[in-house]
Parts: sequence; structure tokens; C-alpha cells
Amino acid sequence: MRLFKTLDIDFMGWRRPAVIASVVISVLLVGSMIVRGFDFGLDFTGGTVIEVGYEEPTELATVREALEGGGFSGAIVQYFGSRRDVVIRLPLQAAGQDPSAELSDRVFRALSAASDGEVELRRAEFVGPQVGEELREDGGLAMLFALIGILIYVAVRFEWRFAVGAVIATIHDVVVTIGVFSVFQIEFNLAVLAAVLAVIGYSVNDTVVIFDRIRENFRRIRKGTVIEIVNRSINETLSRTIITGGTTLLVVLALYIFGGEVLSGFSLALIIGILIGTYSSIYVATATVVWLGISKADLIPPPKEGAGADARP
Amino acid sequence: MNQYPLWKNLLILGVVLFGILFALPNVFSQDPSIEIAAARGHEVTAATADEVRAVLENAGVPYKVVEPWSEGKVLVRFPTTGDQLRGQEAIEARLSDRYNSAMTLVADLPGWLRAIDAQPMYLGLDLRGGIQVLIDVDMEAAVEQGLERYTGDIRSLLRQERVRYLTVMHEGGQITVKFDDAEDLAEGQEVVAREFRELQLDTERDGERFELHARLSPADEEQLRTFALQQNITTLRNRVNALGVAEPIVQRQGERRIVVQLPGAQDPARLKEILGATATLEYRLADTEGSVADAVEGRVPVGSRLYYDREGQPILLQRSVIVTGDQITNASSGFDQTSGLPAVFVNLDSRGARRMRQVTTENVGKPMAVVFIENRTVTRMIDGEPVKQTVRTEEVISMANIREPFGRRFQTTGLDSAEEAHTLALFLRAGALAAPIQIVEERTIGPSLGQENIDQGVTSVLFGLAAVLVFMALYYRVFGLVANLVLLTNLVLIVAIMSLLQATLTLPGIAGIVLTMGMAVDANVLIFERIREEIRNGSSPQASINAGFAKALSTIVDANITTLIAAVILFSFGTGPVKGFAVTLSVGIFTSLFTAILGSRAVINLIYGGRRLSKLAI
Repeated sequence: MRLFKTLDIDFMGWRRPAVIASVVISVLLVGSMIVRGFDFGLDFTGGTVIEVGYEEPTELATVREALEGGGFSGAIVQYFGSRRDVVIRLPLQAAGQDPSAELSDRVFRALSAASDGEVELRRAEFVGPQVGEELREDGGLAMLFALIGILIYVAVRFEWRFAVGAVIATIHDVVVTIGVFSVFQIEFNLAVLAAVLAVIGYSVNDTVVIFDRIRENFRRIRKGTVIEIVNRSINETLSRTIITGGTTLLVVLALYIFGGEVLSGFSLALIIGILIGTYSSIYVATATVVWLGISKADLIPPPKEGAGADARP
Repeated sequence: MNQYPLWKNLLILGVVLFGILFALPNVFSQDPSIEIAAARGHEVTAATADEVRAVLENAGVPYKVVEPWSEGKVLVRFPTTGDQLRGQEAIEARLSDRYNSAMTLVADLPGWLRAIDAQPMYLGLDLRGGIQVLIDVDMEAAVEQGLERYTGDIRSLLRQERVRYLTVMHEGGQITVKFDDAEDLAEGQEVVAREFRELQLDTERDGERFELHARLSPADEEQLRTFALQQNITTLRNRVNALGVAEPIVQRQGERRIVVQLPGAQDPARLKEILGATATLEYRLADTEGSVADAVEGRVPVGSRLYYDREGQPILLQRSVIVTGDQITNASSGFDQTSGLPAVFVNLDSRGARRMRQVTTENVGKPMAVVFIENRTVTRMIDGEPVKQTVRTEEVISMANIREPFGRRFQTTGLDSAEEAHTLALFLRAGALAAPIQIVEERTIGPSLGQENIDQGVTSVLFGLAAVLVFMALYYRVFGLVANLVLLTNLVLIVAIMSLLQATLTLPGIAGIVLTMGMAVDANVLIFERIREEIRNGSSPQASINAGFAKALSTIVDANITTLIAAVILFSFGTGPVKGFAVTLSVGIFTSLFTAILGSRAVINLIYGGRRLSKLAI
């Protein structure tokens, strides 16, 4: 079976509108990040989250009442998966409460006391203010170092223009992925951050495969303009790009559907990242390389040292 | 053409068999169990297992089996975690005088697998349930306490050497000794320099002021910090061990943090109470001469201090302490034989015992008080900024006349409940914390949620895997089947390596495995697409296979190294579950490189190698 017969799509012919679209979308998303910010999860904001399981389906109002009765105000109460499963979030600044690990115990006791049946403590998480801040900082640093590491690797293995292209594409993918989380105010937690780093890995992986082919074709093919060779390289790798993207998307979809609430943000970030990473390999990474003025001469390997020495009289 | 030498095939076969062997333990179910070992002075004998059975049957707790376990232990396996909990309660209630029991999760492995020490993957707390807390050690307080000790030592040294001084105090990381004149200052400096070589001294003469400043060298300060952290880890480990959880982890994380992990533990409130507080006792003589009423008004007699008992009644005690908690070598809880009240039995070290005997001999008939001291560090939000505060409660828990002199061993009553006596004994036994601590992060996962996470993780792996397998078989036919075989091998190898390393598998870790499966086929896709290209370009089937593998290699390596860079950075910055994701992702990159490049080549060589082919099923 083959998805595509021999292809000859003029990808680079569309690069101007594509780049403009990318720039506009990125600017809008960055705007959303600045204006709307993120719905940061407990990991980054600090606070307390308690998940409890009731024997019978329960009304959120009753849970709220039990909390108010126990003197806990400012709590956010939601169902988690089913009507028997309730999640209670207490931000750090929940009125009058000291941020301490003991808070969850007191809340759980209050809920148990107010309920007729058994209440099961399914999950309790507390993140102190210092730790939340550190996790935020570490997250930012991790992204930065990942980008720097990749920049160096691609610059060494290829050429600086490719490195710049790969990094711009990766930043683009990160912006779009986390931008979606900002626009729709989807909770951004540690798992999502991990997914964003995986997206960085995937996106560069995808880009490198195309770069590899461009390099090979520049060295092999004597005729043709830069645009022609780049187009040809993208066409040649297109079926691989789509098949790998497709299989990865399949497994990530399986995660999204079956992985439960805990992994839903994580898999969503990967789904967005894989889609956008595939696009950006072509229209951001490669387009940047072309725009930076790559030429055949840049990629012809330097003559071997041994050969040069022999040629001397 | 396209034939691997025998050794290469054998090597690959060897790796695969090795992988299957070490992945095997994961197939067996894991039972919630209780490990029973002998308490000090007792032994686990052949009769122990029968005793345990009898206790469980009496309590009506269902169990699977009671069997002898490694080095003098007995293991009870239960069908569910609920039964395990009830079993633990029954065993604690009936056998805790002679045996220690700890809850754990044990795979039901056949003997030969156990013999080669093969173990299933180590499940993280999010999968098996349990409690994890991250503890911050107050290093500034540790240094401050160190300076406090030096301040006291310098004061007594000067007194002992009869050097006249005005005050000794410490503030802002340095100790200041004030003198009357330059002569005393010089003398004081000499004495202190001789006795405390590690202190850095300098003097300040300014008109009427003659001051000696002492501070710790950065190296000594560092040592003080390291010691405080080490001491706290030891103390916390002692405390945690008293909780009856198998495989507790207490370990340093970074400069000033300690991670405590209790797999399977289910009572976070109790854990935090035991970890977070420091409680100790002090023994003081009562001040029978001073007026309590005056003291309450603020006129406390010199040499005395005002305390309150648990009912809030004021009591005057002498300022000097007879013995403090750190002179207590052992403590146990029980009941007073005459009154039946909860009591703590205390053993003192020789210095403390000598002092106690001396004081009690001199003061027979006079009242002595026991002060219960509890420290707790809390963070309060003040003007939106977190501020750390130590809350110290000191209460007189008992006050009694000294009937006769005593020394090394005695008992203290006055505690609210047997529970409190038990906890206090535990604190006294485990030793004091060298610096105040605070819980800065907690993650508790109930056992049912853990199981749910495992189920969801496994379901995602299965569906993801099935989707990829079907697609590859349809799209690449025979080569697709090869890729599928290789993909399954890859999964086995990841599981085997995770089991061998005993690296923690978390839910994001499972997600990492799922993601790896999606990306692992990438290497095969690259190779197969190359082979197809070669065929289109008119190469012979055998040459196409060869060229396909050769040309795809550098691309595969480049692509995987970039992913590896991201994974390694994720590992070094991530904590807990996220780290688990980085681990499986990295392991997956290595195994998929091996299986896709070497493994699939070997299988394809076996199928097509050395034959005349007119076309390939690709």
C-alpha cells in the first residue's frame, strides 16, 4: 500500500502565506498569554488539591456546605470523572488559611464528618509557595536548556542556518501548544510541561529528517535551484513525515481517550504539538533556512585533510 | 548478500531472551502483603506462621497464604488492600509485643525467578498508592543554633578563665563579646582563640566600646549545614521506620530538602504529625518561693520562668534545667502501674542520670515539673508573601513531689492519652531534629486511584499498540510484520530494562512508553521508505534492502539524539512523575535504536537474505 505516488508539490511556493499565517497566529497566541495568562495547575501556583470518592453520587452543593461548615472558604469544588468523585481545590490564599500540609487533613476530616457514608481519600496534594515558584522557574529553564542543547547539536551536525531554523520552528511549536492552553484556559500543570518538552523533541526529530534529506540532495544533485531541491527533499520525505506523525498521533489519541483525567492535558499538548510540529518542519524550519540564504556551497563537505596533504608537492 | 554472521544473530537472540526473562516478573500479579519480622529480643520460629494464621482467622480477615520469607521473616499475602489494612490492624493489636509488621506489595513469583533475583518494575506512588512529602530543612536556624551553642560555650569559658566581660550575644551570623577595657578584650581574645580555633576572630575598639567578634568560617558553616541535614535524615528515618511501612525512602534532595516516600501508606495525617513536629521533654525544679501572682503580672523572679499547664494554670519553674530531651537515650510508652494513666518510661544517658540523681537527692520532698515542648514550623501569608514562623509550645504536663532520689530510669505521666504517650516516646527514641523542618510539598494517592491509574495506563498502551500494529501490517505487509515483531520486542526490552534498573515507573512514565511506541516505528518507517525509493530507482531487491538500511542510519541517529537531548534535560529538571516520563522516554530511545536498526535487519535478513528475489513485499 502506498499513500502517495511520486509527488511534486511546490511546498516552498506557499511559504510566504504560510509564514505570515504562522507569525500572525504566534503573535495572537503570545498576546493571549500576556492578557489571559495561564490556568496554572497546583504544581505551579501552590495550594491544596483533595480528591475524594463518595459511596453514592453526591451533590456539589452538599460538599460546598460541608466545607463552609468546616470553615474553609474560597474552595473550588468540581466533579472529577463521575458524580461520586469530587475534587476540591484550595488556592494558597484561601481566606484565613495558613498554607500548610495539614490543611488537606482538616478538610478531609470535615468532609468525613459531614457525610453519612464512608468518604474515601483518593488523592491529596499540597504544594507550598516556595516549591511552586521553583517548579515554575525550573520549567522555564528546562525549556531554555532544551532549546540551547538542540541549537548546538544541529549547528554542529549541520550548519548554523539549519540550527536557527530548527530552533525557530521549535519555539513556534512551543508557542502554539502552550498558546492553545492559554486561549482555552486549560489547566497547565507539570505533566503538560513534560509534554511540551516531548513536543520539542518530536518537532526537532521531524525537522532533522527533512534537513538530512536537504543536505543529502544538495550534495548529490548538481542541477536545480535551491527552492527546487528543497521542494524535492520535502516531497521525498513526505510519506515518512505523515506516517510517523500518524502512528504517533494514534498512540497519543489512545492516551487521550483511555489515559484518564490525569493525562488528558498531557496528551492534548502532544496532539497539538505533533500536528503543529509536522507543519512547522516544512513551513517554519525549512522556510527559515531558505530565507537565511542557504546555498549548495554551504553543504559541500570540506575536502578530507589527508587528501589535501597528499596533493601538496 | 544481506546475511548477518552467526554471532550477530546469536547476540540479538541473546538480548531478546534476556529481555523476556527479566520482563517476565511483571506478568505475575502483585499481592498486597504484610511482612512480619521479630522485634528485638524475639525470634520468628516455625510456630509464628500458625500464630499469624490464628490471629487473622480470629479477626475474620481473609488471606491468601502465610509463608516463610527471606531471613527470618514471615509473609502474609492478601487478596485486596482492604484486607491487608484490616490484617495489619489485627496483627498490630495482637502480636506487636513480639513482632514488627510492615505493609508491602510482593509479586507472586515462582521460585526460579526469585532465585535469579528478577523483580517486577518498581511502581511509583501514583500507581501503587502511598504518600510522598518533600521536607525543607531550615538551614538558617541550624546555623543560628550552632552560634547559640558557641555563645553559651564562650560565656562559660570566659567565666571559667575568670576573664571579665560585659555581655556575650549573637546576632546576624556573628557572636559579639563586649568588654570593659582593652586589657580584658586582649585577654578574652587570647582565651577564645586558644579554645575555639575554628572561629574567625576580629576586634573592634571604638572609644568606649571594646568588642570581640567571632564568626564561623564558610567551611565550618557548610559543615554545620551538612551535619544538620544528615542528622535530620537519620532522625526522620527512625521516625518513619516506626510507622510500619515496608521500603520507606528517606533521602536527600538538593541542598536543603529531604524526600520521604511511603509506598502503600494511607494515613497522611499521622505521617505529617510524626514528621513535622519535634517534641521533647525537659525536667525542671519548681520555684516554690516566688509569687505566681506577681509573675503573671510580669514580675518574674530572677532565675525563674513562668509556665502554664494544660489547663492554663500558671506555674513558676526554676530557670536552670535538670535534664533535657537530648539526654534521653530510650523511651517507651505504657501505663502507670498504680494509677493506670498513660505514661512514658524514660532512660537517661550517664551524664543526665548523674545530674538527675544529684538534683533529686538534694531536693527530696520538693516538687519537680515535666515540661512538654513542641516545635512546629508554619508558613503564614503576610501581605501576600509567605513568611516562615516557628511556633513553640511549652506546657507543664506533670508536677509531682520527689518521693525518693532516682537516676537512670523513671516514668512520666500527665499525658492526655495513650496515643500521645506513644507518639512522645517515638519522638524521644528517634532523637531530636538538628534543625526545624517544614513540609513544603505533599502528594498522597489512595490505593484505588493507584489501581485506576495502572488500568488506564495499561489500556492506553494496549490500544495504542494495537492501532500501530494494524496500521504497519496493512501499509508495509511483510516488512510491516517485521516492524511489528520488532516493536513488541522493543516493549519487552523497555519493561526488562525498567525492571533491571528498578527505576520508578509512574503514570507519565507509562505515557512515555506509549509515546515511544509511536516514535519507535519512525526508525522502521525511515528505513522502509528508503527501501521503496531504492526499488523505484531501479535497484535490485537485495541492494535496496542494503542501501535502505545504510542511508537511513544517520537520519535515525540524528533524529533520536535530538529527542534524547530533550529527555535528558527533562530528567535533570523534572521531579517525581515527570522524571518517570523522562526515564521511559530515554530507555525507549535506546531500545528502539537497537531493535529498529539491528533487530529488524536481522529478521529481514533471515527472511530475504541470500535468496534470489524478484520483488519485495513492502
